Amino acid sequence: MLFLFYSLLVFCIIGSIIAIEARNILASVISTGVVGMGLSIMFLFLGAPDIAIVQVVVEIIVLIILIRSTVSIDNTAITGHRDTFAILSSLIFFGLFLVFGFMAFRGLPPFGEPLMTISSQYLQNSVNDTGASNVIMGILLDYRAYDTLGEATVIFTAILGSFVVLRIRGKKKKEEADKVRVGIPISKELEASKKPEEVVG
Amino acid sequence: MQGMTFIVKTATRLLVGIIFLFGVYITFYGHLTPGGGFAGGIILACGFILLTLAFGKDMALGKLSDFWASLLDNVGALAFWSIAFFGYTAGYFFMNFIEKSQPFGLMSSGTILFSNIAIGVKVFASIFAVFLALTIFGRFVSGLVNAEDEE
Repeated sequence: MLFLFYSLLVFCIIGSIIAIEARNILASVISTGVVGMGLSIMFLFLGAPDIAIVQVVVEIIVLIILIRSTVSIDNTAITGHRDTFAILSSLIFFGLFLVFGFMAFRGLPPFGEPLMTISSQYLQNSVNDTGASNVIMGILLDYRAYDTLGEATVIFTAILGSFVVLRIRGKKKKEEADKVRVGIPISKELEASKKPEEVVG
Repeated sequence: MQGMTFIVKTATRLLVGIIFLFGVYITFYGHLTPGGGFAGGIILACGFILLTLAFGKDMALGKLSDFWASLLDNVGALAFWSIAFFGYTAGYFFMNFIEKSQPFGLMSSGTILFSNIAIGVKVFASIFAVFLALTIFGRFVSGLVNAEDEE
């Protein structure tokens, strides 16, 4: 079991390294999908089919959207020199993260034995309390419904923002000039030199 | 001819109904089997994206335009909020106010079913709207703007 997890982990790491190093953007996007698929298999073997379903479905849709929206864009490869300070500082912070992560994970119960009191309470009472035979849905939408509400609101706001930003074709008519000027105020000479048609267009 | 080849269109015609059925099943039986509103909504959106890729943008926009997609998104969010507020009729916020039947039935868990449906509608519409915004708005916008300017 543990061997399977480690091999899947190595698989995910190799996929992400290929995704970083690949020159072709399509190959890079496809090899990013390795991480999600490996994670979903891990969730399935851990006994969490809910998260596995969500993981595999989101992975597929992200791949489709990324491929559809990046294939037509030209390849841009950065060829300039690398910033040594950025690499050094990120390496130092990564090492610090590893050290503190090791210290934090030593205090956790061993892998596969989450014998916490609250989870056993949920397992015993959730069918009587919520009526849902899937305990995860009972927790998500009854005990912890506030979390789900916040999550749904976050998704809603993100979709709203992306829809506004990506809509190149505005809802306003072209002739209708803005009543209030927003953004960085430009100097008076620049404003005087600009013709009104250009400002409107 | 818009869209992909004849083979892809035929396979899509056979598959898309099953994909929709599976999405609806995952959404409705989220409280009994693994799944739930989020996964079901994304599967439904996958079906619509498959339609868009196989048959071209005109057919998918005819089934569900970007206006209706964003409207469905808002409707789903409002439905989830109103389920939360209807809890006040029985006591407190998010109270499970519908009476539960015996376990393992479709109506066994009160508001969880309706919350799942609301989340499913919301996620389906919003993911499809993002797909439209990322692909169609950017790709065909010059033609659309030119056509509108000439009118």
